[in-house]
Amino acid sequence: MAVMTYAEAARQALRDAMRRDPRVVAIGEDLGRGGVFGQYKGLQQEFGAHRIIDTPISEATIVGAAVGMALVGHRPVVEMRIADFALCAADELVNQGAKARYMFGGQGRVPLVVRQPIGIWTGFAAQHSQSLEAWYVHVPGFVVVAPSTPADNYALLSAAIRCDDPVIYMEHKELWATSGDVPDGYDAALGKARIARPGNDLTIVTWSKAVHLALEAADAAARDGLSVEVIDLRTLWPWDRETVFASVARTGRLLVVHEAVQAAGFGAEIAATVAECLDGELVAPVRRLGAPRIPVPYAPPLEDAARITAEQILAAARQTVAATRRRRSAAE
Amino acid sequence: MERTLITTSGASGRNDAHVARLLELYRTMARIRAFEEAAEAAVGAGLVKGVVHLSTGQEAVAAGVCLNLTRTDLITSTHRGHGHTLAKGADPRSMMCELFGRASGICGGKGGSMHIADFGIGMLGANGVVAAGIPIAVGAAHAMKLSGEDRIVVCFFGDGAINRGPFLEGLNWAKAYGLPVLFVCEDNQYSATTCTAQVSAGAGPLARARAIGLDGLEVDGNDVVAVDRAAGELIRRVRAGEGPMLLHARTYRIKGHTSSDPGAYRSPDELAAQIARDPLQRAARMLVELGVQPDAIQAIERAAKDEIDAAYAAAAAAPWPEAMHAFSDVQDVGAGQWR
Ligand SMILES: Cc1ncc(C[n+]2csc(CCOP(=O)(O)OP(=O)(O)O)c2C)c(N)n1
Ligand SMILES: [Mg+2]
Repeated sequence: MAVMTYAEAARQALRDAMRRDPRVVAIGEDLGRGGVFGQYKGLQQEFGAHRIIDTPISEATIVGAAVGMALVGHRPVVEMRIADFALCAADELVNQGAKARYMFGGQGRVPLVVRQPIGIWTGFAAQHSQSLEAWYVHVPGFVVVAPSTPADNYALLSAAIRCDDPVIYMEHKELWATSGDVPDGYDAALGKARIARPGNDLTIVTWSKAVHLALEAADAAARDGLSVEVIDLRTLWPWDRETVFASVARTGRLLVVHEAVQAAGFGAEIAATVAECLDGELVAPVRRLGAPRIPVPYAPPLEDAARITAEQILAAARQTVAATRRRRSAAE
Repeated sequence: MERTLITTSGASGRNDAHVARLLELYRTMARIRAFEEAAEAAVGAGLVKGVVHLSTGQEAVAAGVCLNLTRTDLITSTHRGHGHTLAKGADPRSMMCELFGRASGICGGKGGSMHIADFGIGMLGANGVVAAGIPIAVGAAHAMKLSGEDRIVVCFFGDGAINRGPFLEGLNWAKAYGLPVLFVCEDNQYSATTCTAQVSAGAGPLARARAIGLDGLEVDGNDVVAVDRAAGELIRRVRAGEGPMLLHARTYRIKGHTSSDPGAYRSPDELAAQIARDPLQRAARMLVELGVQPDAIQAIERAAKDEIDAAYAAAAAAPWPEAMHAFSDVQDVGAGQWR
């Protein structure tokens, strides 16, 4: 295809889906003007205001109405602007969208995509910077996706729109302008991780913007002879245990990294599952690195305290390797 | 009821009082205008991070409403909250320090423009979430009623906010419990880049309020005298225990939605027509008609600008907060346990 930005890739995915399938509609605030990040630019001109639907500031009804549309066979793509505002539609997401199929004994489906950009938005502070992906992973019924590259934003948004389950689709606010190649025919399945960088000594599992920080840390580690494998999880639920397990079985070491608050973050689930299932393969304690459990503050020196950095990832990687012990299975 | 205060004929004592009040309103508007211009410049200079939502052109609403409040009355505000905060009596220097993210900011640099608050003067917070201030104002008013205090609450929100559930829920609650709150819908016609009328049904906020039993008034929100008078009347009734009221102030946002929005979706004609309704210019003309010398008006503007320039300089020179401050005020129980 072409080199495009993360925003352009998402726009192209939605455009292709809308051309293919007349049941696909997009619903949200300010979409006609292109969306907050330009990710809808030109789409209302192409598809009309009846398919790129500008809404009032009514998050609960944006999601609730989309659930209603989905139950009768439409395929709505809902825009929440940022994950923080989706909290205004918590009932419609969690009690309605996620559960309708199950509660009604499988009579209905909710083929809904809810776009909720996550991540620290520099200078926007506590109510515009949250990464709440773990909340949705916790709710049965949702597929949860967090792409890190333009190619994956194209392929995974396409897959999310094709998916018959409700998908919480979390782009990152500070990736919109990043660009990369989106090869023709590039495909990515929901639930499949991507090895962003192969390595032998340590596995880092991460997603979204933190993938780029982990790659930076892996580059630095390589300079002192430490070979780090970086897995971009891409889909958080269902998560690709096979790829993660195969990597950890080889490296014997796992570090999970995410921008979200570390406590009760999705890293805890991965760390616990690996500890449960691969104990005999581990040569070092599993580690996590996430943000401290503080709201994201405004002032730059304070905001920095809420960020994870490539330096911190590198330090955690080194500590994990330094904590190497004998393989437990070998000790027996 | 005779409420035409502008006529000067034969009532010079009343006229003096009117002129003094209009001068006070003008001074507040000039301070807000100067603050917004400085904030915009600071964003341009990279001194303020993120964006600011400017209330340039909407000054008359903040000034006209807040002049009817006492220091201990309470307000809630929105993402576009600098004007309300200043008009309620906050110190522009600590406000500017907050925008600059400095330790001496009102919120210690934690909040920034969108989360400015000054509890010391009854300002319970701007808000990053549209309509979120409405239930908070209702709760504060409910507390006033429970504790038998005579303080009232003013709840500012935009025209876009009336399409969120908390608007209906909050108005109903306030009416059902007979709470001392004035809802002020500051209608600048836009919900971010969308024309609110295009996504709104019915006759607007006052009709919705009336449907659930609130009384109210609609006012030209760029006429500071009219806002002062209408707010004064409604606040008098709220104080008298008549329950919640709603003021619908029609105004206009001269700048874009945020400091990074050029507002290109508005036609030059639309903008020009609205700039001609600039509330400061209109108030200045009224003052001149009332016999105030242009020099005196300019002196107010200069004083406002000097005050804000000093705030800007102080903020630019103020120290940053220590990084460890990011970890204070999260919660009491469990403090220190960050991961
Ligand atoms: C619940 C929620 N949805 C969306 C937004 C994004 N947003 C910020 S301001 C704004 C427009 C608000 O319009 P209005 O209430 O009229 O206030 P104005 O900006 O015109 O002052 C929007 C949509 C938000 N902050 N909160
Ligand atoms: Mg508005």
